[in-house]
Amino acid sequence: MIEIRNLKKSFGSNLVWEDVSFSIEQGETVAIIGRSGCGKSVLVKHLNALMYPDSGEVIIDGRNVFDLEYISLRKMRQRFGVLFQGSALFDSLNTFENIAFPLRYFTELNEEEISDKVMEALELVNLAGTSEKSPAELSGGMRRRVALARATILQPDFLIYDEPTSGLDPKTSEEINQLIISMAKNLNITSIVVTHDIHSVLKIATKVAFLEDQGLHWYGTVEELRDSDNEELMSFVSASEYQIRN
Amino acid sequence: MTTTWKFNSFQRYFSKILFMEALEKLGRYSLLLYRSLRSLYEFNTYKKNLINELLKIGYESVPIVLLTGIFTGAVMTIQTAYQLDSAFISKSFIGSITAESLLIELAAVITSLVLAGKVGARIATELGTMRVSEQIDALESMGFNSVSFLVLPRVLAGLIMFPMLYVFASISGILGGLAAGYLSGAVTPAEYVEGARALFYPWDVTFGLLKAFVFGYVITSISCFKGYYASGGAEGVGNSTTQATVLSCIYVLLADFVLAAVFL
Repeated sequence: MIEIRNLKKSFGSNLVWEDVSFSIEQGETVAIIGRSGCGKSVLVKHLNALMYPDSGEVIIDGRNVFDLEYISLRKMRQRFGVLFQGSALFDSLNTFENIAFPLRYFTELNEEEISDKVMEALELVNLAGTSEKSPAELSGGMRRRVALARATILQPDFLIYDEPTSGLDPKTSEEINQLIISMAKNLNITSIVVTHDIHSVLKIATKVAFLEDQGLHWYGTVEELRDSDNEELMSFVSASEYQIRN
Repeated sequence: MTTTWKFNSFQRYFSKILFMEALEKLGRYSLLLYRSLRSLYEFNTYKKNLINELLKIGYESVPIVLLTGIFTGAVMTIQTAYQLDSAFISKSFIGSITAESLLIELAAVITSLVLAGKVGARIATELGTMRVSEQIDALESMGFNSVSFLVLPRVLAGLIMFPMLYVFASISGILGGLAAGYLSGAVTPAEYVEGARALFYPWDVTFGLLKAFVFGYVITSISCFKGYYASGGAEGVGNSTTQATVLSCIYVLLADFVLAAVFL
């Protein structure tokens, strides 16, 4: 379980949010939505302490991640898988090596076992046969899937997706959505998804956090979202061109 | 009166901002190096990158270092011969001055200035690109110590390889000077070697090696710092690379002066 308590963040004089608090239960898929620049990506970077807040806490299994010593923090970070907006694959490594990277450094597996695991992961994201390709040779959707395979190779407890479908065509977005659903279901991973895409939210999320007006404006289940009469939330939802009520 | 007062307070305000900014950068630079040193024991993390960097900084720089050395020695010989063109001065002095200048100053400084462009720019661009494309965040989020993985091997490789490159530059410079003296008829090889040996002091080589060691540290650490904290997309990476190269050159010259003032 992840508990976010009274998180406040600003960059210089620019306040991002004043007070954000909510909890994410084990196995849930929480979508974080909001306008561009409202601090969605900044918020998820606080979950594994890639960024530090001005004040507030993120409690994981009873421990505040911001209080952890660097070595304990690194151990805690290994419990997270992160799919970055731009995929963040290592340019100098090919697809196979990118996915094998965490296995080589954090496990005692031999090369044969590593190879089996990587091939299995590639099949899971429907990319068998691309192991020798470099990131530059892959399309945007393929890069996201390789990054997803790398993020899940150590079987993390929590998986963060930062804009997983942005810039992708509808078909590839749908494939990514299906992968997110199957990852959460098959591996029982707690997922946190940053997105603008309401269509994806309705498909993959169990809960939704809406950031607005420098804070958490609304938090609830997808069913509650469908029935909500919160004006700002509905204005955001309808602006996304998806007729949720129909 | 009012205008002068306004100008002075304006100047004070900006001096304060610049001073605070410089102080902040110094703090971040020191912290980065502290984190590097603290992770020295994580040899398994940076072993592969260290070998890679030793090859890139050392082996791949040998051709440009040899070329720089040869031409520096050649020009030095011809210019010295031109300046000492007198019947009262022995020609062997040309060899003495060329060898001495190379060992004590030119081999280390000129090589380092060239490598600030080649090695420094590469390091800043590599790390800067990794930063803006979130590859460094990806490393950290996997539980890696990105500093020990990326910064430490580059600085260590600089400390190890720059003194070696200095040796190559010195030897090629002396040989380049000898060849230029012979081809131009300014000095015979025998006179050149006799002069070079006459004024040779082992301390000069030690001092040159020390300089190369310091310059290796200056160039790699500044370039790592600029690349590691790059921001702002492609333009930001470009700015970091330019700053890394310019600052490396300036601090090499500054370090050269400090070392000369302290040790000579």
